Amino acid sequence: MNKTAVKQSSAPGLRLGHASFVWRPWMVFVTLLLAAAAFLVFCLSIGRGDFPIGLPQVISTILGRGERVDEFVIMDLRMPRALAGLIVGGALGVSGAITQSIARNPLASPDILGITGGASAVAVFLVTVSGGAAATIVNSVGLSAAALAGGLGTGLLVYFLAWRRGIDGLRLILIGISVSAVTEAITAWLLVTADIRDVARAQAWLVGSLDNRSWDEVWVALWCALALLAVVACVAFHLRPLHFGDEVAAGLGVRYSMVRAVLLLCAVLLAGVAVSAAGPVPFVALVAPQVAMRLTRYPTPPLVASGLLGAVLLIGADLVARTALPITLPVGVVTAAIGGPFLVYLLVRANLRKGR
Amino acid sequence: MGCLHEARDGPSGRVFPVNQRDNVRRISTTVGKRPASEATEARRRRVVSLAALVVILLVTGVVSVAVGARALSPAEVWHGLFAAPGSDQRLTEITLIVQTVRVPRTVLAIVAGTALGVSGALIQGYTRNPIADTGLLGVNSGASFAVVSASLLFGFANPYQYVWFAFLGAAVAGVVVFGLASLGRGAGSPLTLALAGQGIAVFLAAMTVAVALSDQASLNALRFWNAGSVSGVGFDVIWPVSAFIVVGLALALTTLPAINLLNLGEEMARGLGVNIALSRTVGIVAITLLAGATTAACGPIAFLGLMVAHVARYLTGPDYRWLVPCAGLLGAVVLLACDVMGRVVTRPGELQAGVVVALVGAPFFAALVWRGKFKTV
Repeated sequence: MNKTAVKQSSAPGLRLGHASFVWRPWMVFVTLLLAAAAFLVFCLSIGRGDFPIGLPQVISTILGRGERVDEFVIMDLRMPRALAGLIVGGALGVSGAITQSIARNPLASPDILGITGGASAVAVFLVTVSGGAAATIVNSVGLSAAALAGGLGTGLLVYFLAWRRGIDGLRLILIGISVSAVTEAITAWLLVTADIRDVARAQAWLVGSLDNRSWDEVWVALWCALALLAVVACVAFHLRPLHFGDEVAAGLGVRYSMVRAVLLLCAVLLAGVAVSAAGPVPFVALVAPQVAMRLTRYPTPPLVASGLLGAVLLIGADLVARTALPITLPVGVVTAAIGGPFLVYLLVRANLRKGR
Repeated sequence: MGCLHEARDGPSGRVFPVNQRDNVRRISTTVGKRPASEATEARRRRVVSLAALVVILLVTGVVSVAVGARALSPAEVWHGLFAAPGSDQRLTEITLIVQTVRVPRTVLAIVAGTALGVSGALIQGYTRNPIADTGLLGVNSGASFAVVSASLLFGFANPYQYVWFAFLGAAVAGVVVFGLASLGRGAGSPLTLALAGQGIAVFLAAMTVAVALSDQASLNALRFWNAGSVSGVGFDVIWPVSAFIVVGLALALTTLPAINLLNLGEEMARGLGVNIALSRTVGIVAITLLAGATTAACGPIAFLGLMVAHVARYLTGPDYRWLVPCAGLLGAVVLLACDVMGRVVTRPGELQAGVVVALVGAPFFAALVWRGKFKTV
């Protein structure tokens, strides 16, 4: 930690008008590499399937110069799914990076903000309770929308319970964990009391999936995600000083209470966008920032790289799940099965390097 | 006050009026006495907390034996505990209920609650992270994966069949996490340990879901397992589980002074003569034994360890020699009370203890958090 700080202080500064940055070539290089990887996986994911299309054709079709057949398969059938993967992965990555930065805790993830827990409890309730009211809700607004409403409600509950003259990192995570524990208990209890066939359907929803995405859903998610990312981009410049503590941040001219409140609200809503597009895909938000930190050698979770890495992870896992595995598995399972061990590999490698 | 006196007595040339000198003396005596009285106050608070918890635990234990689908009077409880099965059919039935249902689950709730409380406090002490929970080292995910695997491969469906698989899964996961985190010079640093635990837990959870989604019997086993309950196992399981837990508790107690020093910072602890690698290893083994054995017998009761550790820190202060025993007692009280509540609210059905812990404990805990009762680790 000390050594890197010394090294970075000798890194050249970069000034553009009123803004100044530290020029970190390695971080920029890795981020560009991740962007390229995200684009590549995106195109590969579109190309693979029952009707395989080569990479050059995919790229030329996306740019609007493809053949009619390719255009139909790509734009109408496969694009929504790949785009949903991109949005969900990116949103979860950024949301996780914000949460871990504000909580100043690498074990924090948007899961503790209540979104996924609340959405899961509502969805499982609607699936397992086959009563009149539940059926009416599902028929009129759809399962995803109802679950999203539950998730956002829980997320805002956590947000307001944690608010007491501003957001405090410790209070936020402890309140969030309490609320999540309640929603998890409700989910577990609903699963125990329900019919086993409903349990299977509920469990499938609980791990998240990209199946059967339509353009309508994807457009809504895309615009919401872009709007939220724009807000994050405006405020994110003030995130870095927050890592030095409130006093230093205030001394540097950051209105830390406001910045934290806005960023956290964005994190909650981004997680909500992800839940609405794919269900509660677990672990991406926890793993992506930590892996991105280690790849870019940046001392705090980097927002852009985390988002890109989340997207690569999710689309890649979806690709593997669809093409390489003998049985069909939801994308959430494959994401966790790849992301978890990769994080462990990075940790072990770092430790072994230190030992040398 | 002093100002007024000075203004009045000013001409007489006194520098310090009588009153003010008195004040100075009073202040100096309180300054001298204050640390001592605060220490006594803190010690009194710890002792009172522990004593109160012991009393509450005893009372709850008696209630736990008496309350259930069939409520028993104190006389019947007494009879059921100590009488041999006689000719009277009603009394024989009571003896049967008490000795084969109520007493085992009461004992298990006490043993498991103690283990979860102690391991929750220990893991927060070692990782110095306020959201570290007993499941952090992959123990719960390892046990869950073992349960669905046992169900898939051997068709096990009852807790007493897969208990030892679950324990094996928990132990293997704990050992793998600790082994991976201690490779190289990093030597099980708290952050590496926590993140490696998360990584392995994530992987195992994915495998568990993959199995459960492809096999309905496994899914069925998993959903009951996940709720977390202290009923359904007899003394043939409870005694061996308790033996592991006693070993874990003994190891845990030996490391408490070292945790206090480790929390001063690694450099400081090393300077004061702590063998860091050894104390961490012993601590992690203790946590794995405690959490693994408990999870094997009851399923994952996730929130208890975390909650109890924070409340114990509030009651006793940051000294782990007091904090850990208090967390153990508190864990036993909470789990036992929640099991009793689960039996009462939906009589004659039952709500699993793990569910009640979260439903009742979490709002209470959140209220304490909101009122600012907790400090960071």
